Amino acid sequence: MSVEAHDITLTVNGETVAETIEPRMTLVDFLRDTLGLTGSHVGCEHGVCGACTVRVNGVIVRGCLMLAAQCDGAKVETIEGISDSGQLADLQTAFERRNALQCGFCTPGMLLTAQELLATGGVPSRDTIREHISGNYCRCTGYHAIVDAIESVAQDRARTG
Amino acid sequence: MKPAPFAYAKARTLKDAVALLRKSKDARLLAGGQSLIATLNMRLSSPSLLIDINGIKGLDRIVKKGAEVEIGALVRHAQALQSDVIAKHAPLIARAIPHIGHPAIRNRGTIGGSIAFADPAAELPACLVALDGEVVIEGPRGERTVKAANFFKGLFETALGANDVLKTIRIPAAARDDRFGFAELARRHGDYALVGLAAAARAKGDTLSDVRLAYFGVGETPVRARKAEAAIARGAVDEAVTALAGDLDPPDDIQESGKVKLHLAGVLLRRVAQQLAEKPA
Repeated sequence: MSVEAHDITLTVNGETVAETIEPRMTLVDFLRDTLGLTGSHVGCEHGVCGACTVRVNGVIVRGCLMLAAQCDGAKVETIEGISDSGQLADLQTAFERRNALQCGFCTPGMLLTAQELLATGGVPSRDTIREHISGNYCRCTGYHAIVDAIESVAQDRARTG
Repeated sequence: MKPAPFAYAKARTLKDAVALLRKSKDARLLAGGQSLIATLNMRLSSPSLLIDINGIKGLDRIVKKGAEVEIGALVRHAQALQSDVIAKHAPLIARAIPHIGHPAIRNRGTIGGSIAFADPAAELPACLVALDGEVVIEGPRGERTVKAANFFKGLFETALGANDVLKTIRIPAAARDDRFGFAELARRHGDYALVGLAAAARAKGDTLSDVRLAYFGVGETPVRARKAEAAIARGAVDEAVTALAGDLDPPDDIQESGKVKLHLAGVLLRRVAQQLAEKPA
């Protein structure tokens, strides 16, 4: 119960990681500063902007609203691992084609959030897409191109199965 | 790292959590953490110990028991949204949850956390009041049950004592003649409401009885609009909207003036009155 040190073992992008951390370290700080996985971004740090979105045990979470200490035994996936797996390839291509990013700061979180919606299957309405990404701020695009990109991938995936 | 230093302990049982609370003067319970960790990051709170209750078994269940639905404190919002029991027997909760935060927040945030934190602009405390539900609490002297009407005491203040843990919430299972309504206004979907309204009533032919209107975002706790309830029961919607001026006195806040909030409360009442009048499919 020390303030100083806490041992955790978890898998990050399929690799087992064992580290000693301070209890106050958030998951996103752990990923970025301890493991050097800087694809998850730090924006508002109070759960509003969605830039720190990562997957824990298969679902997306705010990396700034979870402690690394809570991830002992968890399966954590970041944009680096999920991108390498190829499951986002069509979404990434659509974002690029439709100018669904400019500075790219929100993009990792936006992709993971969109992927969770698309994984439920079917072609969601534009309203549903907007609602689903409502927790991810983008200050460049005005969102329209992001909704276009997500919608087009949903249509493509529905067509090709 | 933004939070001030704290110690971290995992509670394995409810009793364990209560014992840890008793040992430490300014410990906080960590459930979903979607409000707590934000306040730690902003250093609005700096407890010496966080007691993580996520590992306590049995608190993540949704069960229909007779005429009631029991929802464990650690049920996540996303889990409740996917639950058949909630969809069928707790339709008001099912309508409210999509308004709570965003998908990533709903994957972590818990029903118990939302009730225990008692944010005056949060959806679930108002639902609990509208449904006349109750809260089951584990404390140093064992278990006790508190009605929703007595649970929310003030701004972020509840019947939970310093060494208490919220265990379960209980609500009446929806009966065939029960009607529900829910609406809220927020600047961005998923943000805390400017004003919101959770409502329950019983249909009697073409009229309503037992109308319960619980507003949120208009005071320190969920607020019943009793004069408007009586008017809605008579089918007098215009009268009910006028009566709100006597029921609610929303203070100005960072988002809106009280005057605008009162107007918006009337807008929501018209929407919800329509929902209450509809027979469910």
